[in-house]
Amino acid sequence: MRYLPLTPDDRRAMLATIGAASIDDLFVDVPEHARLSGPIDGLPNHASELAVERHMAALARQNVAAGDVPFFLGAGAYRHHVPASVDHLIQRGEFLTAYTPYQPEIAQGTLQMLFEFQTQVARLLGTDVANASMYDGSTACWEAIVMARRITRRGKAILSSGLHPHYVSVARTMATFTGDAIEATAPCLDAGPDTASLIDRIDDDTSCVVVQYPDILGRIGDLSDLAAACHAKKALLIAVVTEPVALGALKSPGEMDADIVVGEGQSIGVGLQFGGPYVGLFGCKQKYVRQMPGRLCGETVDADGKRGFVLTLSTREQHIRREKATSNICTNSGLCALAFSIHMTLLGEAGLRDLAAINHAGAVAAAERLARVPGVTLVNDAFFNEFTLELSKEARPVVRALADRGVLAGVSLGRLYPNEESLANGLVVAVTETTTAEDVETFATELEEVLA
Amino acid sequence: MSRYFTEDHEWVDVDGDTGTVGITDYAQGQLGDIVFVDVPDEGKTFAKGDDAAVVESVKAASDIYAPVSGSVIEGNAALGDTPGLVNEDAEGEGWMFRLTLSDPGELDGLMDEAAYEAFVAKL
Amino acid sequence: MSINQSGWRPEAPQTGNADAPTFTGNRALMLEEPLIFEIGSTETTGVDFDDSGAPAQGHKLGNLVRTAPIGLPGLSEPEAVRHYTRLSRQNYAIDLGLFPLGSCTMKHNPRLNEKVARLPGFADIHPLAPVDTVQGALGVINELAFWLIGLTGMYGVAMSPKAGAHGELCGILCIKAALEKRGEGHRKVVLVPESAHGTNPATAAFAGFTVEDIPATAEGRVDLAALKARLGQDVAAVMITNPNTCGLFERDMKAISDAVHAVGGYVYCDGANFNAIVGRVRPGDLGVDAMHINLHKTFSTPHGGGGPGSGPVVLSEALAPFGPLPFTARYEDGHIRLIEEETAGEDHPDSFGRMTAFHGQMGMFTRALAYILSHGADGLKQVAEDAVLNANYMLRSLDDVLDAPFGPSGPCMHEALFSDEGFAEGFTTLDVAKALIDEGYHPMTMYFPLVVHGAMLVEPTETESKAALDQFIGALRSVAARAKTGDESLKTAPHFAPRRRLDETLAARKPVLVWSDPALAQAAE
Repeated sequence: MRYLPLTPDDRRAMLATIGAASIDDLFVDVPEHARLSGPIDGLPNHASELAVERHMAALARQNVAAGDVPFFLGAGAYRHHVPASVDHLIQRGEFLTAYTPYQPEIAQGTLQMLFEFQTQVARLLGTDVANASMYDGSTACWEAIVMARRITRRGKAILSSGLHPHYVSVARTMATFTGDAIEATAPCLDAGPDTASLIDRIDDDTSCVVVQYPDILGRIGDLSDLAAACHAKKALLIAVVTEPVALGALKSPGEMDADIVVGEGQSIGVGLQFGGPYVGLFGCKQKYVRQMPGRLCGETVDADGKRGFVLTLSTREQHIRREKATSNICTNSGLCALAFSIHMTLLGEAGLRDLAAINHAGAVAAAERLARVPGVTLVNDAFFNEFTLELSKEARPVVRALADRGVLAGVSLGRLYPNEESLANGLVVAVTETTTAEDVETFATELEEVLA
Repeated sequence: MSRYFTEDHEWVDVDGDTGTVGITDYAQGQLGDIVFVDVPDEGKTFAKGDDAAVVESVKAASDIYAPVSGSVIEGNAALGDTPGLVNEDAEGEGWMFRLTLSDPGELDGLMDEAAYEAFVAKL
Repeated sequence: MSINQSGWRPEAPQTGNADAPTFTGNRALMLEEPLIFEIGSTETTGVDFDDSGAPAQGHKLGNLVRTAPIGLPGLSEPEAVRHYTRLSRQNYAIDLGLFPLGSCTMKHNPRLNEKVARLPGFADIHPLAPVDTVQGALGVINELAFWLIGLTGMYGVAMSPKAGAHGELCGILCIKAALEKRGEGHRKVVLVPESAHGTNPATAAFAGFTVEDIPATAEGRVDLAALKARLGQDVAAVMITNPNTCGLFERDMKAISDAVHAVGGYVYCDGANFNAIVGRVRPGDLGVDAMHINLHKTFSTPHGGGGPGSGPVVLSEALAPFGPLPFTARYEDGHIRLIEEETAGEDHPDSFGRMTAFHGQMGMFTRALAYILSHGADGLKQVAEDAVLNANYMLRSLDDVLDAPFGPSGPCMHEALFSDEGFAEGFTTLDVAKALIDEGYHPMTMYFPLVVHGAMLVEPTETESKAALDQFIGALRSVAARAKTGDESLKTAPHFAPRRRLDETLAARKPVLVWSDPALAQAAE
């Protein structure tokens, strides 16, 4: 077996050193009844690389890869071009096969990268500090809600109707166990976000307002008034960014005084990967840093006075605090954070701004073209690279019909909100630098035929 | 003014019905470098034995229990910037909070300095 | 003849001052590397875009156009490649050597798995793509789920948890949901041994349970009699790690499960140590109700410097109905459905809900499936056997120089536990660990489990050759001998790593978590 270096001679010699007659002697503590008598049901014996690759490739071929068709899906996961050097660098064994940097003297590579990542994320989100990443955007969002409860000692979170419905689901699920109150409704097909309604609902029991920017329908609104309204009631404003490329063109939530900003970092460096692994971004104001969940990397010096980095404030974490930890989370998403950081370093500010401008310009052109299709109305007045169309027909069957015609047309609101009749005709369309003008034209032509 | 000790290594100085609470020099020595102290806010009330404050060293976080019942008059703000005061002067400048005792009778259950020294000597 | 005097002539090597400083601060291949903020500029980019973009029409960004600078430095591709390559060389990794980190199962990461995970049919598909266009991806999830159920002898599996601790939470939430369905939400106590991973009590507390300790016997196992005495109608669950964190198999596991079930509680098993028993023991046969499986341990998906992990949770028949959304179901015609909120009411009415957006760590599923198929039934059994053999070889090759508190209890499973007993006054486990760094190794797990003073938990895994084990044993014997005789140079180790011991007190007292430009800071003063 190619992954197992011991030879039969090695095994015999080692058993002799141990003083055991056979390998079974080492399993004496496993009672007879617990030992498996035969092989695992149905599992064949070991297989060659070639055979395994053949099997996996056959499964892969049953999927329609986004790069092979006109592709317009977003809604929390975006297809961007990732420079070739990103994947090359993250596959260096010293990054790929390292552990959490608990021994900082021999983990400065990971630690310095995390320090750079934290700084990049904080600057992008407009927060004072950021952590070394979370599992993904949805779990980061829930952790932010819990953090707001710890800070305000209040238990009611008001979720914007524009927050990704999966993020809402995660918060609702977790809240049933922690006793937090979650206020959330489905969105309406209005041109702008629900800022005014959120402001009206903040009261003295509110721990936080959670607002997505741009929201699930691609809409954007100024957060400044919302932040002020939250702070007037001593509640926190949590902003959620599922498309970080947007922050190359848009004011950051931190600039508009959000207290905690979380995000899904997948857009930069990570790729679609059918939903995971992704990388949660988490930033906040300096004054809340000790209430932050997740790992943190900090600067310090070594015994010779040289600059170095360590994991710090680890007393907040489960392996020290056990039942008093701020969160039960143990890992971050280190390798995805590395991919994010490398891609961001390659882009730099100039590149990020260009990338954002290209995304936005493409989306504006696509929205304009698609809105000319009979039976199609553009819902948004403002958007970044994603917008919502209202179709003359239910959108889900339209998406299926377009898939049959070789166009992956976007995410129907019927898929995201299966029980909301009023949203059934909504279609969320994302356009990135990977989308060509021909893709848009094909989409428009096929859509016109399907709607006719 | 007299000083009392608990088996959990807190000390309390009592002056009238006001108590000042900290951790003992022995305790700070065991914890190592203190990096953060979370002191209670004014007005907070504790029953004897409640979690009242948290001290964090690099590798451990420890709860400080209220040695007696009462309501907090003030937390030691100086510890916010200089948590190392607890290491330097645990039984003086490194105090954690002052409180108004609600049941001075509880002091009877605590140790005096000699008893605490004997207690520590056996650890 | 004419003698050519030019060119280079070899000389015998000379000894000299090895500590002499260099101009750069580099030491040959040990290269110092500044931060990107110190070498990049916001004008530089390593990415070119097609010019076709930017059409004439105006923007649709309302009044939200970013005007303020962001402060993100860029590097050209050659600079970026060099920066990250230099950083990488300051890391220890499995690819460089034995990584004996107990409880973490740092085994070789097969590169075939990296290759298949990058096939566009897996890497370039959207989680909300129409289900008919991603049948192969759902097929991977379904097939991996099938083998995980088979390997554990359980009834169902929740695939979406993002990591081990997330999986623990999933299992505990299933237990809570099951209790509430039975009208027994009053059961508030979760019993956890002191030797457990810190995540266990953190998870139980997060879900609203009260955590109580389970006592252990002197030989390092759960004290069955004491556990039975504590069981009652207030107990929701016990959380047990098996093999446990002392490296021992819990012989009484079935009796423990039976006793817990008899009082109406559930058994959660922390599957962190599944590598010791995969293919040889099925937790389902021991009465376990829920167990998370760290795909990044037993099934070799890369640790990546701290994630991403993946923590599917296998569930008993009693708990499976409460598992999270979404999940896959294969129909007789071979078509695979995705059960989400929409149809959960009919198909999965007792689900406790969704734990994360989308379907879980797909990129880890492809790797784990390739791992399982590569090893097969015979290979996986050999994995457990070699992992246990290697650990026992460590234990018996070292127990004359290091105290092995549970050595007399018999063989260990896949990890060997030692303590600092017998070190010279003032010498600690930390000193031994840091000295191992100088020997070219990542240290073992230190100070865990908490039940052993100065614990050192060594897990070699099955992917180490005998020669690699022998060299490590030699190194640890040497370091242990120095700790016993009180060699002062241990106190300042490591001496040869990219950094010496780092000041963690400074880092925690005045946390510096982001870079700020010293020039700006100076100007502000």
